[in-house]
This record gives sequence, structure tokens and C-alpha cells, in this order.
Amino acid sequence: MSAFKDDSPAASAPQASGGTHQGADAPRSPAASEKNTSRSQQAFREALAVAKEREIGLTTVSGRAVEPVYLPAEIDEDYETRLGFPGQYPFTRGIHANLYRGRLWTMRQFAGFGAAEETNARFKYLLEKGQTGLSTAFDLPTLMGLDSDHPNSAGEVGRLGVAIDTLDDFERLFAGIDLGAVSVSMTINAPAAIVLAFYLATAERQGVAWDTLRGTLQNDILKEYHAQNEFVFPPRESVRLVIDTIEFCTRHVPQFNPVSISGYHIREAGSTAAEELAFTLADGFHYVEQTLARGLPVDHFAPRLSFFFNSHNDFLEEIAKFRAARRIWARHLRERYGAKDPRSWALRFHAQTSGVSLQAQQPEVNVVRVAYQALAAVLGGCQSLHTNSRDETLSLPTLEAVTIALRTQQVLAYETGAANSVDPLGGSYQVEAWTDALEAEAEAIFAEIERAGGMIAAIDAGYFRRRIAESAFRYQTEVDAHKKLVVGVNAFTEQEPSTIPLLEMDPEIETRQQENLARVKAARDSAAVEHALATVRRVAASQENIMPALMAAARSQATLGETVNALADSLGRYRRGA
Amino acid sequence: MASPATRPIRVVLAKIGLDGHDRGIQVVARALRDAGMEVIYTGLWQTPADVVRAVEDEDADVLGVSILSGAHLTLVPTLVESLRKRGLDRVQLIVGGIIPETDIPKLEALGVARVFTPGAPLPEIAEFIRRSAGRAAE
Repeated sequence: MSAFKDDSPAASAPQASGGTHQGADAPRSPAASEKNTSRSQQAFREALAVAKEREIGLTTVSGRAVEPVYLPAEIDEDYETRLGFPGQYPFTRGIHANLYRGRLWTMRQFAGFGAAEETNARFKYLLEKGQTGLSTAFDLPTLMGLDSDHPNSAGEVGRLGVAIDTLDDFERLFAGIDLGAVSVSMTINAPAAIVLAFYLATAERQGVAWDTLRGTLQNDILKEYHAQNEFVFPPRESVRLVIDTIEFCTRHVPQFNPVSISGYHIREAGSTAAEELAFTLADGFHYVEQTLARGLPVDHFAPRLSFFFNSHNDFLEEIAKFRAARRIWARHLRERYGAKDPRSWALRFHAQTSGVSLQAQQPEVNVVRVAYQALAAVLGGCQSLHTNSRDETLSLPTLEAVTIALRTQQVLAYETGAANSVDPLGGSYQVEAWTDALEAEAEAIFAEIERAGGMIAAIDAGYFRRRIAESAFRYQTEVDAHKKLVVGVNAFTEQEPSTIPLLEMDPEIETRQQENLARVKAARDSAAVEHALATVRRVAASQENIMPALMAAARSQATLGETVNALADSLGRYRRGA
Repeated sequence: MASPATRPIRVVLAKIGLDGHDRGIQVVARALRDAGMEVIYTGLWQTPADVVRAVEDEDADVLGVSILSGAHLTLVPTLVESLRKRGLDRVQLIVGGIIPETDIPKLEALGVARVFTPGAPLPEIAEFIRRSAGRAAE
């Protein structure tokens, strides 16, 4: 296919020695550079020499060769300490020697609505359009651990994501999709351990071995208390479930990321970039400490911890944030938790463009916002990316809007050249100054959390929510006072409301899902379900890992709601004052 | 208790349904407090019945509900009906959140005084409440 092949003559020209460009007139011969190289520089050059390269995009539109990485003329100790080489500690410049030169980021659009069949069809559509990973959105009842026939689910079934009640739904969700061949991300938190059990049981029934499964469970409960408010059990008990899944996956599903430590929602709720960065990493440190307390060696589980950040409007601040995140994580994992495996130090992250930055007014303009935000994520070195659809502030995205969002990533990947060298903004005075400043602000926030008595005490004291609400209010006040301009909202407004087509939900979905549930309930062995739920209650009240009991409950076709209730019988429910 | 004409405007704010997006309602709560109103925010996951009880208990002049899940056409009719049944028709009902343009007339036809969507300036929300409570000059 011609779009994926560079036919220009320069593309076949041999690579410059070493493959990097060092300053304007720096010596380029391997012999000269070998003399004064540090161990990490040597490791970097070796990694680069053996790294695979894609065959496209190695020259510009004008035919100029693009080096994988550009370096300062003088590599001094300060450079090595603060930035380092791509793929080397402290990973400020990225987690691979040649990053997207080897493999592009995963283009992963979040999708889900209706019953299992609707989402299954959307998944197949996205795979067919060139998407490279799946990302599952669940509806609100599922996120809150309620079945589709619960009175509080009325009006919400299948609306914001796919409705899941039982293993039967999960099997239909992935029907005809080989779980051994595609990586699957699942955005779910309070009932995440139960959904993981559904996923593992589905793989089992497809005949796919657990150790080949790749994907990510969001399963980050801490940010629910800070920002997103989809929690069921109290914080300490919820964290125990997270650690159970980390422990279980470390042993049985080694290629799967059991938690995606998320700043996205913290930022959407109104935090600053520094707060997003600091709260997220502090959550990560808490999971590390709690998993260490189980007796798991840090290098056994830390390499599979992954992150999820927002890519917001302030282009350079976002890039600095991603770079600071990598450096802070690497330093803490190595120095504070004693990790020895470089894979434990390297922070991998998914990015999503900012939903809250999108506007209902002149919605076509959102495509432009998304493109800039996506560029920031890529220049910041993300591993996977969701680009929001232009209509997400109005409704769930239409197929047309999702396709434009995916095409935005493809233009970025194949046409702009942004993917062709690693950390091209490294060395920019502003980006480096802001990377340092964000790191310092994050360290100050870690100290505040410590002073508040640690993570759980700070949650109980309302520390995170207070700070986020304060930042959200300050921003809105600035917009109202026209100190910040938002195109189409408080500036450059238009009289005529512009309209774009919106996705219409089928009102029959709720009824259909409830009928499905009734059918599954009628067909299952209710004594087996009762037995499985009793085991869930017993294990939840003990110190044992909950996953085997949840697997048994899933196989018995116990519903998500029933299993959540069984857990709540032992763990309690969390309500906080307004 | 102060007479209805001089006491501060009392506003009950609530999240109804299952969605946890409370950035908007918290910002609005603070702005209305700063504008001199008494604001009671009842928190997340309220059912229409919970909300009506709060309006009664707090003797509210205004009820503001926030919905960002898209379930407004299921939840708001139930809420309006519950208010009517309890004889609380005089309470001004305001809806905030992600509400498609085409649904706004439907909500207004049910008796919703005003729908505010994302980006609505805070002073405009406060001014609307003050005016509809007959206190423009307060």
C-alpha cells in the first residue's frame, strides 16, 4: 500500500553513524563519541543500534533525513542527571531509545454503548478502520455495581457505555474478537475485580491462555474519591481489592496491566496540571507501598503499573507534565522503593485529549482543539492515545465523529513528522524550566499529603477534593471575567447555533438488556450462584485474595450487582457528606 | 425566621441519577453562596424522592439539579411530578449539565424554569435566580 511506503530516494540512504545528531558541528564518528561516553550513553547507543525501525517517515516532505534523537553538543553530568538518553534513567526524554521510530503509539478510541451487541459492532468497525487496540466504556449502572433491572438504573442502561450484568453479556461483547490477538482496555473501577473475572472467564471460554492476554484494567479507585465519584466500598477496603488484582495478575496474567493510575479525571474535575501530576503519582506510590506490604518484590509488579493522563489545552505545559511524570516516577521507584529493573522505573502512559475543554458552541472547532492536544501527547511520549470526538460535549459520538477523531491521530502519525524523532522539544529552555518546576510542585504536594497523614487520611480529610474544587472555581472565575478566552464561548461567538448530527439512543435497549438478564437468571443454577456468593462474602471478610472467588462467581453467572452486594456485605459501603 | 421577602434566597442543589460529575455543581454552589444565597448541596446519587424531601425540609425557593449522564428525560419528569404531588410547584426548578439543544424545549415544557449548559457564566446563573425570585435589586 503506497500510503505506508516511502518511495523518496532519501529514504533508502544509509543512516548516519550512531543514528543521533549531536549539536550543529559535533563529531559524528562512532570512534570520536565512544571516547567520553558514560555507561548510560553506551547502553543508549547499543539499544538504538538494535532497535527496529519503521520503514516510513524517516525523511521530511522535503527529503531531509530525520535522526532518531537530537542531543546537546556537550553531554555533561547535568544532562545525564536531569534528562538522560531516551530509554535510559530517568527517562525524561521517553521510555524507548527510538520511541515511535520503532512502533507508533497505540491508537485506542474509547467505545461502548447499548447492549453487548452494539458495542461489539462498534469494536469491529474500529478494528476495520485501522484502530490497533480496544477500549471499553461501561454504562453508569455497571460502573456503580448495579444490575440493569435495579430501580436506580432507570434511564441509564446502555447510555454512556455498554451494559454488563453477567458473564453471558461479556462473552457477547467479545464474540468474534480474538482476545489473544487484540489488547483490550476496560474503564471500570469500583467493580473492576469482578469485571476482570468476567474477562478472564471469557478468555478461558475462547480457549485463550491467560499469559497471552494484553490490555489494561483502569482499576484505580483512589482517583474516584478525589474526583470521579464512582466508588462503592470504603477507601481502605477498595485499595485491598486493587492490590488483590495486582497480586493475581502478577502471578497469572503477566502481560496484562492490572491498574491504570489515572490523572485524567482529576484534571477533568478542575485540577491544575501540577495537581494532576502529583495526585496521580501519589496514588501510584500508595499502590506500590500496599503491594510491597503483601510481600511482593517491587520488580515483580512495578513494570506492569501503567498510567493515564489528560492532554489539555496548554500545549507546552502538558508536554512538560508528561516529561516530569516520567522523571519523578523513575526517581522514586529507584531511590525510594529500591527497584532495580529499568522496566519498573519507566512510566508508561495512555493519554486522552481533554473532554472538558470541548465546547457545545461551534462544535466543529473541537476537532482543532483535539488535534493540538493530541500533538502535545505525542510530543510528550505517550504509549497510547484516545482523541475525543467533536460531539462528546453534546452526546455519545457518532460514527462520523469517531472516524474524524481517529483520522486526526493518523494524520499526526503519518503526515506531520512529529513521530519521527524522540522528544523533539527536549532542550527547549521553556519546556525544561517547566519540567523542573512541575517536578518541584509535585514534590511539595507529596510533602503535604505526608503531613496530612498519608493517602487515606488525606482522602478522609477532603484534601484532594478541596484543592480540585478551588482550582476549578478559580478557572471559571477567570473565564467569566474574560481573563481567559474560550473560542465560541466568551469570544468569537456566533449568533446562529451550529448543529452537527448526534447519536440517537435506541430506547428499546434498556428493555432488551433487562430481558437478557431475566433469561440468564432463569437458566442458571441458583444453588450454585448462592454458594459462589457465600464464598465471595467469606473471602472478602478474610485476608485471602478475592480473585478465585470472583472467578467462581462469574462462571456461575452471578450478576455484577449480586457480586458487588456480596462484597459490600463484608467490606461495607462508603458514603461521604456533600 | 426572617420574612420571605427579606431572608436570603434558599437554594437546594443536587446531583440526580448515577453520574458523579460534580465539578459544575460545586462551582455553582460556591458562586451562589458568594452571591449571598443560602445553598444546600445534597450530594451525589440522589433520587427524585430524596431531592423533594430536601426541598421540603430546607424550605427552598429554588431547586437546581445537575445531570451529565444524558438521563434527563427519564429523571426530570419524575422529579417534576414528585414536586407537584407535594405541592411544591412554586419552587423554581433549574437544570444544569450536558443537555442537547433539542431537549431544552422539552424540559421547559415540563416546567423547568431554565436550563444552563457547560460554559454558562456564573454571574448569569446568580442573576437569573435572583430575578426569578423577585429580588433583582437585592
